[in-house]
Amino acid sequence: MRTRIAYIASNTFREAVRDRVLYNLIAFALLLSGAAILVGQISIEIEKLVVINLGLTAVSLFGVVIAIFIGIGLVSKEIEKRTLYTVLSRPVRRWEFIVGKFFGLAGTLVVNTFFMAIGVFAALFYVSHKFVRADTLILIALYFIVLEFLIICALALLFSSFSSPLLSAVFAFSLFVIGSFAEDLRNFASMAHGLSRWLATGAAYLVPNFSAFNVISSIAHEQPVAGQLVLQNTLYAVFYAVMALSGAILIFEYRDLK
Amino acid sequence: MKHRRKITVLAGACLVLSLAASSLVLHRVDQLQPQGPSDEVLLLSSPKVIERASLGYTGLMACIYWTRAVQYFGIRHHNFASSYNSLAPLLEITTYLDPHLMVAYEFGSSFLAPAPPHGAGQPESAIKLMEFGIQKNPDNWRLYYDLGFVYYMDVGDYKKAAEIFERGSHVPNAHPLLKIMAAQLAQHAGEYQTARMLWTATLQTTQDNQIKQNAIDHLRALRVDEDVQHLQEAVTRFGKRTGRLPASMSELATAEHMPGIPVDPDRHPYKLTPQGRVEISSPDDFPFVTRGLPPGYKPKAALPALPNP
Amino acid sequence: MPAIEILGLEKTYSVGFWRKRPKRALYPLQLTVEDGEVFGFLGPNGAGKTTTLKLLMGLVFPTGGSARILGHDWTDPAVKAQIGFLPEQPYFYDYLTAHELLEYYGQLSGVPAKDRKKRVDQVLQQVGLCDVQGVQLRKFSKGMLQRVGIGQAILHDPKLVFFDEPMSGLDPIGRREVRDLMAQLKHEGKTVFFSTHILSDAEALCDRVAIVHKGELRGVGAIEELTSTVQGKVEVLWQGSQVPAAIKALGAECHVSGDRVRAIINENQQDAAIDILRRERLRLIAITPVRTSLEAYFVEKLRRAETTAGSTV
Repeated sequence: MRTRIAYIASNTFREAVRDRVLYNLIAFALLLSGAAILVGQISIEIEKLVVINLGLTAVSLFGVVIAIFIGIGLVSKEIEKRTLYTVLSRPVRRWEFIVGKFFGLAGTLVVNTFFMAIGVFAALFYVSHKFVRADTLILIALYFIVLEFLIICALALLFSSFSSPLLSAVFAFSLFVIGSFAEDLRNFASMAHGLSRWLATGAAYLVPNFSAFNVISSIAHEQPVAGQLVLQNTLYAVFYAVMALSGAILIFEYRDLK
Repeated sequence: MKHRRKITVLAGACLVLSLAASSLVLHRVDQLQPQGPSDEVLLLSSPKVIERASLGYTGLMACIYWTRAVQYFGIRHHNFASSYNSLAPLLEITTYLDPHLMVAYEFGSSFLAPAPPHGAGQPESAIKLMEFGIQKNPDNWRLYYDLGFVYYMDVGDYKKAAEIFERGSHVPNAHPLLKIMAAQLAQHAGEYQTARMLWTATLQTTQDNQIKQNAIDHLRALRVDEDVQHLQEAVTRFGKRTGRLPASMSELATAEHMPGIPVDPDRHPYKLTPQGRVEISSPDDFPFVTRGLPPGYKPKAALPALPNP
Repeated sequence: MPAIEILGLEKTYSVGFWRKRPKRALYPLQLTVEDGEVFGFLGPNGAGKTTTLKLLMGLVFPTGGSARILGHDWTDPAVKAQIGFLPEQPYFYDYLTAHELLEYYGQLSGVPAKDRKKRVDQVLQQVGLCDVQGVQLRKFSKGMLQRVGIGQAILHDPKLVFFDEPMSGLDPIGRREVRDLMAQLKHEGKTVFFSTHILSDAEALCDRVAIVHKGELRGVGAIEELTSTVQGKVEVLWQGSQVPAAIKALGAECHVSGDRVRAIINENQQDAAIDILRRERLRLIAITPVRTSLEAYFVEKLRRAETTAGSTV
């Protein structure tokens, strides 16, 4: 069972790589280098700030886009192209297929992020000419970004299990946007009454809450991150991803592959 | 095949021509707006809305708005603009997005309060910005300095300024200069030395080029003002002694036992008019100077071609 | 133990967005396939052949009924290790090479690592794709893809293979190759269950066939049995170019070519025809039974089904 999941995961990774997804790293590298070189001419005092903000924001955004674009096709493409038939005629459980795809996509993003992290540190070195202890905070920010990816991958996979790629993309991007002001939604819910309170509360807890994951601005100012937050975010990401994946598994388990 | 070649030539020519044409049009549009970003640049002016729109990437958005603020001021300042209506909103948005962006507060304290063309002429906005900064960064001594600075330089409320410096000196790791300034203001408010200390402190503690240049200009102006005042006093003394005005600066210099003809920071000699006024030779080189200006001198103002927002 | 026992599997789809209308893809099907036989599942397009296969593969869930494959419940995942499936007009991960695909499928089927490499090479040899094993599948022609498909179906040496329209889209050489391969599988003792609408292929390969039409089973059995139920015809050949009126009256189809006349009449009219020819003093050359083709049986069955309006539930 574990090995089948591993095989599916590694094949998903292979597919992404052969789909030339890693070429996005070139665009990323160009963006970051350009920024690192230009920023010194605009505002000397905040070079480092700009490089960290821009670098980490780019890591996050590029990753979200990749997660959604690949994720939405993970299941639906296989159904449409009927590559799934010969896979499921083998002793592969449907849920193993979903889990394998998830790990494959997540793994692709982790690898991608790893290379991007090297780029960010390189750009940082270029503008600061040295590393300080506080720069390790960047690793924490990157970890949180990866946790965000896990949530988004799981959601994209969920949508892919029942919806066409176009709709899935719309849903996934919408949830990403809503998730960034989920905090407001919760505040609104606490102030509302009656039915709208129930609906808003439900929605607020159902959408992914990304606000706690974005520590880019504070680590750019070298503010420490509480260990409590690291634990909290890890748990939330794991639980949320499990929730979305369970949904995907349930839907896929009962789906007729016409 | 012939048909294909015809299409290739036509489409290729279209491509090149339209590229050239569109570039030309764009160039003309740029030429019509020489002053750079106008005040219409702020389509979204609500900090809260912009914060939402940045989808959590407030740090980067703050950097973007900071860059816009600096460029907005820089370009208009270069053209001696008579108003900077968007500076306060831009800085407000920047600090709302990233309350810890210290350089934005510094910039506000230097350029929001002074009157145009040297600043936006909105001391209240400057004070509001500094107080916001202090609220968000209670342990940062620099913000107290910036706030006190505004009260001293632009509002003229020395007592309040001293109070704020005093408050700021109690912040952990406060720069010792705050305590010094508080004491200085209590005793010697309004004196050249005090102002010189303040501007020197600003110059030494900032890394922003525009703030630095501004401080340097003020220090030069202080030097000139002080020089002119002393020279004018010397002329009066001469008059009392001899009963007439000195014939030239060199006569005055000799009588006062000065080492040589007094010169301004640019090494141009100060002029002595027949009416006994001490004047600087090129007032345009010294913004902020209040003494030694020729009568009827008007400081450089905005070029008439710029539209007023 | 039968290889496949289909016990009343049926499938009804709900079609339409607002008002769901039921669409019968398959009426309850009762069918048994014995171990080691080559079984043909015949029918025109849309008859329910692919639906049946998908139901058996667990790709689609039945509205009723069940099935047993190799003695196990058809939903048992362990069964999958012993069956192979080639879907209709298959499509595989086009970014993989043939070798990589078979390797991947071998992993998924649980072929042990030490045997996998050998087995993959063996299968590539068997389906004739050794030369192109390093080429990405996106560059493969239809025939080559079909061969990859067969390869992945037999890779893990299953006891039972399911092919859906294995010859579709192939040129005559390709079809011949597939036929040979299927014959070889039978020779190896595997059970082959394949669907097709090309009757000549079924005739050549199958031990038994079943015919479905519009989701219903119309007939099942060995080919000779089925064809024998349809009335046979004979071909009468005589010299000359004359066609006696009496022969025509029998309702015969007559062809004159040069010095000979050929007439096709029903078997039971044989004696009457001989008498007529003797009376007319025409020289009989030969009487040959016309082998009733499966096609005739097929067309006959379908036509009969069309005329009996209404469905049998």
